[in-house]
Amino acid sequence: MDPNTAGWALVVALFLPLAGAGLLTLIPARLDAEIRRAAVAISAVGFALVAVITASFDYSRAGELQFTTDVAWITAIDARFSLGMDGISLPLFFLTYLLTLLCAIYTTKHLPSPGKPKAFLALMLLLQTGMAGTFVAFDLILFFIFFELTLVPMFFMIGMWGGPRRDYASVKFFLYTLFGSIFMLVAFLAIYFQAGADTWSIIGLSEMAPFGSTTFQTWAFLGVFLGFAIKVPVWPFHTWLPDAHTEAPTVGSVLLAGVLLKMGTYGFIRIALPILPDGAARFAPMIGVLAVIGIVYGSLCCLAQTDVKRLIAFSSVGHMGFVMLGIAAMNEAGIQAALFGNIAHGVITGMLFFLAGSMHERYHTREIAVIGGGMLKKMPVYGVLFAYVAIASLGLPGLAGFWGEFAAMWAAISPGLGLADTYGGLYLGLVIFAAIGTVLTAGYFLWLIQRINLGEPPERWASEPLADVQAIEWVSWLPLLALILALGIFPRLLFGVQDAAVTNLVGFLGG
Amino acid sequence: MQIDFIAILPEIVLTVTALIVLALDLALRGDAKQFVNPVAALGTVGAIVATVLLWGGERVTFNEMYVVDDFAVLFKLLFLGTLLAVLGISWRYAAENRIFQGEYYFLLLTSFIGMLLMPSSRDLIMLFIALETVSVPAFVMVGMRKRDLYSSESALKFFLIGVLSAALMLFGMSMVYGFTGTTNLSGIAAEIASGDTATVPLLLASVMLVLVGFGFKISAVPFHFWAPDTYAGAPMPVAAMLAVASKAAGFSGLVIVAFIAFEPVADVWGPVLGVLAVLTMTVGNLVALQQRDLIRLLAYSSVAQAGYILVPFGLARTGSEVVNAAAIEAVLFYLIAYAVMNIGAFGVAIAVERRTGLRSIAEYAGLSSRGPLLALGLTVFLLSLGGAPATVGLWAKFAIIEAIAVDITLFGVVLAGFLVLNTVIAFFYYLRVIKTMWMDAAPEGLPRLQPGFNLSAVVVVLMVGTLVLGVLPGLVTDFSSMMSLVAAG
Repeated sequence: MDPNTAGWALVVALFLPLAGAGLLTLIPARLDAEIRRAAVAISAVGFALVAVITASFDYSRAGELQFTTDVAWITAIDARFSLGMDGISLPLFFLTYLLTLLCAIYTTKHLPSPGKPKAFLALMLLLQTGMAGTFVAFDLILFFIFFELTLVPMFFMIGMWGGPRRDYASVKFFLYTLFGSIFMLVAFLAIYFQAGADTWSIIGLSEMAPFGSTTFQTWAFLGVFLGFAIKVPVWPFHTWLPDAHTEAPTVGSVLLAGVLLKMGTYGFIRIALPILPDGAARFAPMIGVLAVIGIVYGSLCCLAQTDVKRLIAFSSVGHMGFVMLGIAAMNEAGIQAALFGNIAHGVITGMLFFLAGSMHERYHTREIAVIGGGMLKKMPVYGVLFAYVAIASLGLPGLAGFWGEFAAMWAAISPGLGLADTYGGLYLGLVIFAAIGTVLTAGYFLWLIQRINLGEPPERWASEPLADVQAIEWVSWLPLLALILALGIFPRLLFGVQDAAVTNLVGFLGG
Repeated sequence: MQIDFIAILPEIVLTVTALIVLALDLALRGDAKQFVNPVAALGTVGAIVATVLLWGGERVTFNEMYVVDDFAVLFKLLFLGTLLAVLGISWRYAAENRIFQGEYYFLLLTSFIGMLLMPSSRDLIMLFIALETVSVPAFVMVGMRKRDLYSSESALKFFLIGVLSAALMLFGMSMVYGFTGTTNLSGIAAEIASGDTATVPLLLASVMLVLVGFGFKISAVPFHFWAPDTYAGAPMPVAAMLAVASKAAGFSGLVIVAFIAFEPVADVWGPVLGVLAVLTMTVGNLVALQQRDLIRLLAYSSVAQAGYILVPFGLARTGSEVVNAAAIEAVLFYLIAYAVMNIGAFGVAIAVERRTGLRSIAEYAGLSSRGPLLALGLTVFLLSLGGAPATVGLWAKFAIIEAIAVDITLFGVVLAGFLVLNTVIAFFYYLRVIKTMWMDAAPEGLPRLQPGFNLSAVVVVLMVGTLVLGVLPGLVTDFSSMMSLVAAG
């Protein structure tokens, strides 16, 4: 497949899940098992296609857009249907298809009440098109549509298959995210008219930047910032996340942590920074401060949690703080770190949510105190996996979690765009606090492992036959477990792909 | 005076249809009476054909009182399309609720004749006649559920408020005539622009009186009190017609008066209507949050929607053609989108009430299992009213924000801020209905819903329309971009 001409492959891969969702709704609801298998088949075909795309991607030109499609869409407002992928898009696009396939496999055996696999899987596939489209859309309007398209399916996923407080969590998720994204839309329109070039092309606008006065850039950046910061989420806009994560069904949490949060950081890197470099430079110190508050605050909250899933949710706030710190550094190393942290967090935290979901199915509780320890004795393999992923999440060198955090702090010591001159001291302070954050992170994860894995299983579980890791779980978890190790010992796997594209992007920043 | 009969052909076709309907009602007996509905639909299709033929040209007749241009044709198509949908959802409803069908359809068609006149009017007198032709049959239709005291009450309320607003408007018009010496809209604009009357307080007051008259028609806060009671008491197809067609007619009149006749004082009425827009959407949404009855919820939601549509009026500026044209386009596009999604929502409400007599939101629980098509339809319509992606509602909001962003001012940013806040508030109650339908268990013993062919067809067509326009809004935005006419006068 020639990456210069095979734009169709990307279009097919993108809309295959949508067509699949339509197909699923046609199958009668009583064919329960067949529906689940069909969903696996659909997402497997999609994944296979994306694998082929990944294989035929021209890595020597990873900085340029490949597999492009560009046709007129809404002529009245000059919006174009413009798709493509470069070294930044590719890993996130790949992760989306991988996680969806694994979730489909996982759903063949596990689905919370009220069942209804048809609706659940159709929503998941619809969600997939929205998520994947966000990473390959190169027109602001098209990007916005895909970005927003994820809201409705995720709302239903949380609201119909979620935990006891699902009503509250689903509505809060929807409204909070919507609030930010409309401000983003206003900012997009302001950018469009300010540029005055009758184009929404992300690349085109990046090349024209900077335009408009500093005041304009500041206000436009504020609008875009609200949209993406809520999605990431950056402290103090994070309050929807613990609720949404805790109440969402396992698959929902995995996709939320694995892909949805990434759309926010991706948006910062792809849109906010290159198109509004002056605004970004003014906001960078503030983003850095918020990021570090997020890191420390997230870790402290984790120490106080009694519910495993809620703890993992709060750990996301901390981890995304490191990603934002990388972005706040505004230099090549920082962006690289942010993108790496993105993928690493998606793989690790996605896996943690899988584990938390399985734990809940076995113990029927997520309270750490009720589980009460001894998992290594009760379910040895499961206990080892849990320890492995938790340690990866706390950032142990040699596993995926390390590189994003380390590189982000390293990059923030010497921020780009001349920030080092004015804010050098501030950034140094930020790095110190971030380092304290890593210690706290290690603290709460080790404590979690101690409370769940070690010791003797309490009375009530001693006689209970708890199944160890099952075949279906192995199938859906192994790729993630392998990726955690692979990215940890061979980070070039990702850094290498992203390198050229990040260099281009930083070129737009003028840094 | 030479009359251009081609220009008024759609109105003629509809008038003839109305008379045939009235005569047929006398001729038919018993159950056969319901066949006046297809006859009316046939006449509507005829009028649509006649209107489409007028596309592209510009015809002026009746001493420049009456103009048929693309702006007018687009509005006429909007009204006729709405009429077709209202006829679709009235089938069976009229028969089952023992409404006098001949009268009902005759009045419905008459009211729509008034609407067809509205966007073509270029004269204050003509405008007033059109407005009254819309309103007077509606007064009667609201009260058509004769045995229901509630229906009579709402008709009376509607009548009193309607007459009051007409009186205010007429008073304002008479003073405008006194100042300018003409009732022709372009003449008024020229007169205001040329003289130094633009700053006379009494002229501005009379301009406001005219605008307030339209404010009642489009149920802008604080002139909205009649709307929820009237919608709730009226027969449901009439409520749908009032919430969509009659409101769109009010807006078409407001566009003409505001942007043609009063354009030279736009700097004065622009901010006033902008503030009204903020009030209307905020009050509408906040009150909608409290509603337990779906029709009342839709009523307050349509008050809020009127607030959104008023936002572009708040942007209007004297002499700034780019901004004014963008504002008019936004109004037009929003009205088209609004018609599609709001009639759809009322259609589903009718289908549910017809079978079960239920209209409280709690009783929509489990609708997804009792009538999946209806639940899916209502979900799409509500998401679209809110402005979720891949529905036409998103582009409607987009058009408004686009109009704001053409030339950013502080006032525009404030309006955009309120628009965003209100969109979020509105989703809160739309989502509540959606959640009830899909996530709550259905009460025992309720029948499966079989809405019947006509109603299903209307719901499906509108649902597909909502989604197709949501993906390809260019199908309509390309129309409205041809429309610089009113800004030019």
